[in-house]
Amino acid sequence: MDTVDGVFYPSHSGAVSNPLLDQLPSYQSLLYRRKSSGTSSTKRRSLNRGRHGSTSSRSGSGRWASGRLEERPPTLRSTADQRPARELPWSMEEKRRHKEQRLQQCGDLGGWAQWRMSARHYLKRMKEDGQDLLSALQLWRADIHMIEGMFGTGIQSYFSFLRFLVLLNFVMFLLMFSFVMLPIVISTHTSFVNSTFTGGTGSECSVYPPTSRQGLVVFHQHIIDLLSGTGFLEQTYLFYGYYKVNNIHFPSFSYNLPLAYLLCTITYLLLSLLWIVKRSATGFKRKLVQDEDRFQSFCNKVFAGWDFCITNENAARLKHSSLLYELKTDLEEERIRQKMAERSRKEKCRIYCLRVALNLFVIAVLVCCFYCIYSATIFSQQKQAQDQQYYFIVELIFEYLPSIVITLANFITPIIFSIIISFEDYSPAFEIRFTLMRILVNHCECGLVKWWGQQEFAIPQNVLEIVYGQTICWIGTFYCPLMPAINTIKYFLVFYIKKVTLVNNCRPASRPFRASSSTFFFLAVLLIGLALATVPVTVSIAQIRSSDACGPFVNFTTSWEAVPRAVSQLPLGVMTFLNALSSEAFAVSFFVITCLAMFYVIALAGAHKRVITQLRDQLAMEGRDKRFLIQKLCQAQSELPSRTSRSRASHGYHGNPHSSTSGVFVVQPLTHYETQA
Amino acid sequence: MGNKQSTFRDDQLDEYQDCTFFTSKEILRLHGRFRDLAPNVVPLDYTNNPDVTLPSSLIITMPELKENPFRYRILETFSEDGEGNLTFYDFVDLFSVLSETAPLDLKIIYAFRIYDFNRDGFLCLEDVEETVHRLTGEELRVEERRLVARRVMEEADLDGDGKLSLIDFQNMISRAPDFISTFHIRI
Repeated sequence: MDTVDGVFYPSHSGAVSNPLLDQLPSYQSLLYRRKSSGTSSTKRRSLNRGRHGSTSSRSGSGRWASGRLEERPPTLRSTADQRPARELPWSMEEKRRHKEQRLQQCGDLGGWAQWRMSARHYLKRMKEDGQDLLSALQLWRADIHMIEGMFGTGIQSYFSFLRFLVLLNFVMFLLMFSFVMLPIVISTHTSFVNSTFTGGTGSECSVYPPTSRQGLVVFHQHIIDLLSGTGFLEQTYLFYGYYKVNNIHFPSFSYNLPLAYLLCTITYLLLSLLWIVKRSATGFKRKLVQDEDRFQSFCNKVFAGWDFCITNENAARLKHSSLLYELKTDLEEERIRQKMAERSRKEKCRIYCLRVALNLFVIAVLVCCFYCIYSATIFSQQKQAQDQQYYFIVELIFEYLPSIVITLANFITPIIFSIIISFEDYSPAFEIRFTLMRILVNHCECGLVKWWGQQEFAIPQNVLEIVYGQTICWIGTFYCPLMPAINTIKYFLVFYIKKVTLVNNCRPASRPFRASSSTFFFLAVLLIGLALATVPVTVSIAQIRSSDACGPFVNFTTSWEAVPRAVSQLPLGVMTFLNALSSEAFAVSFFVITCLAMFYVIALAGAHKRVITQLRDQLAMEGRDKRFLIQKLCQAQSELPSRTSRSRASHGYHGNPHSSTSGVFVVQPLTHYETQA
Repeated sequence: MGNKQSTFRDDQLDEYQDCTFFTSKEILRLHGRFRDLAPNVVPLDYTNNPDVTLPSSLIITMPELKENPFRYRILETFSEDGEGNLTFYDFVDLFSVLSETAPLDLKIIYAFRIYDFNRDGFLCLEDVEETVHRLTGEELRVEERRLVARRVMEEADLDGDGKLSLIDFQNMISRAPDFISTFHIRI
């Protein structure tokens, strides 16, 4: 008995509907909608026969499925021919045979087609080799591979993020170097270019006393200067004040350095924005899809939960426990959601009032913290200004009072928050995010965060740290053009330090961190940092009066003035065009158009979402309709006065499944089938 | 690369490159790994396609597979005899499908086969329960496992027949963005 295709049960009336379902044209075409196909059905079956030999359904080749799942009508054979052999779900033997068959077919075509095929093949091979070489050049590839194996993809995403920041800082440094530093270096060290320097305006502020140490200098003073950026470092390329050049006259053109300096600043901010947005675009799309389907959380964890990259026993154990934790949390959330749905009106009122009161309390705590820090700073400065002599310890306390208060605040507030949130009765996921937000508000105020005894590699805190550093870099590069270089080196070292700490001291966070959403989360926080950094930079370029004593903008009132002055020296046509771009009329209309576009896109997205929900419901309903109809059909069939001998359902696969009476095949006895065929 | 080595003929390497997602360098490296499992059995010279099969008990000692709760199912799915004993063809095929460059469609088909423990062409409730069991060990009670399996079925079963067909599975995975990054073995 031919029961290789064990998907069909012997004909119990209930299960007979399955083969009917599988024969339906819509089902068959759905199977191949995703272009999984193969060669003709007869060849497939003979191949399988040869390998299976026997008739048992349970044993037999692991390749059984290639016969069953990918059964296809001959009309769809062509799609297989167009797909490269390696994308087909067959064994190597079958793929080789398919490839040989295709080559034979090609040999029948003309010489031109053959040449084209071989050229395409060659180009593909070249491209693959090129990509292979490029990926081998990727920084820290082996290290990140190892971290992925030991700790999973969540922590690996942190290190990929760090690598991205190293690259970003390096590119920023290259930008500043090639457009600001290189021309100056060329002009100072070669003779065929000369430069005009920014002259002093003669006013009181236009002289900056030289800070190079005179006379006998203690050795450790130099070290302090190196670490704090004073003394001899002030007269180097490190700081804004050293760039005193106004114009560099190359043989063929004149290079306006203040303009270049300003435009570089704007460019690196824009470049960072574009790069981060591009990188987060994929993550954002995935996150949208994920948030839409909150109800698919179980499937996600069961079928896409295990990280196949894990090679380490500890990491495996941790993954098991994190999956367990996630599943338990989900079951718990289900329970809570049910409980919340059953909440009575009075209870809801009570919970909301409690939440409002507790949130007010949280805000009060935060305000209190800020006030304490503020008053401590004022007190400390007053005491230092008074210049009285106290005991050494007391003096030390006065000097470090602000830092002490900040540290205490950072220490106590997370504890208070975690106690409060247990009263607020949120769902666990919301709880985590909310606590993080509250701590983030506090974190913004302080300069130093101390954590005591890190036992887990806490990803959020580490990410906040490096984002904070990057924000400082963005703000500071305007006044310290070498800062991206310093940052590059710093993050380079941080990578190795964190890696060593991770491997030797830490166990991964027991709270699971999903890779797809974590990349997006890191980039979102980085974007917030960029937005915050743009504010001081914009203010200092446009509002604050530039230094009279040193720097490239001595001859201007504000740094921004370099641009209008440069524009006024352009030819008339370009000047009018640029003036029109900066006029209010243009700005307002541009703003209005952007708003309209945004509203349109939002409306479109909303419409699509509605259509998707409708279609999904429709799909489920169609499935149910189908089953209902098939059951009715079977009932009707069984009432016919004909022999209902046990026909093998597998016969349904032979012959043309597109026949309109295909459903009837199954329950008819063998002879009946033959008359129909 | 490829002129000095004597493991494969050039046309064999070409074939491997066409039928998998690996470059010739990677295929030679894979051969090295295959040979390391049993240096006395696997010949260095593969030019005449020797018929060498390694038992599953040997292959699961590889670090890439040894911690995987589905390692036996993976081997069974890719093996010719269905028992988990792999020839070099099957070995390369396995890591090719699980590599980074394999397309999502192909991975979905093989993932479906791997998770189908009773090999009936569908993911029924018992298959899903077994998957959950492998993932969590004995930590969850039987009722909790059944509850999770039932929730999975509710979420993914579109045609309402009580089990997941390939279509249901494909639809479900398209909404699980983690799949492409987790269903991946680096070698």
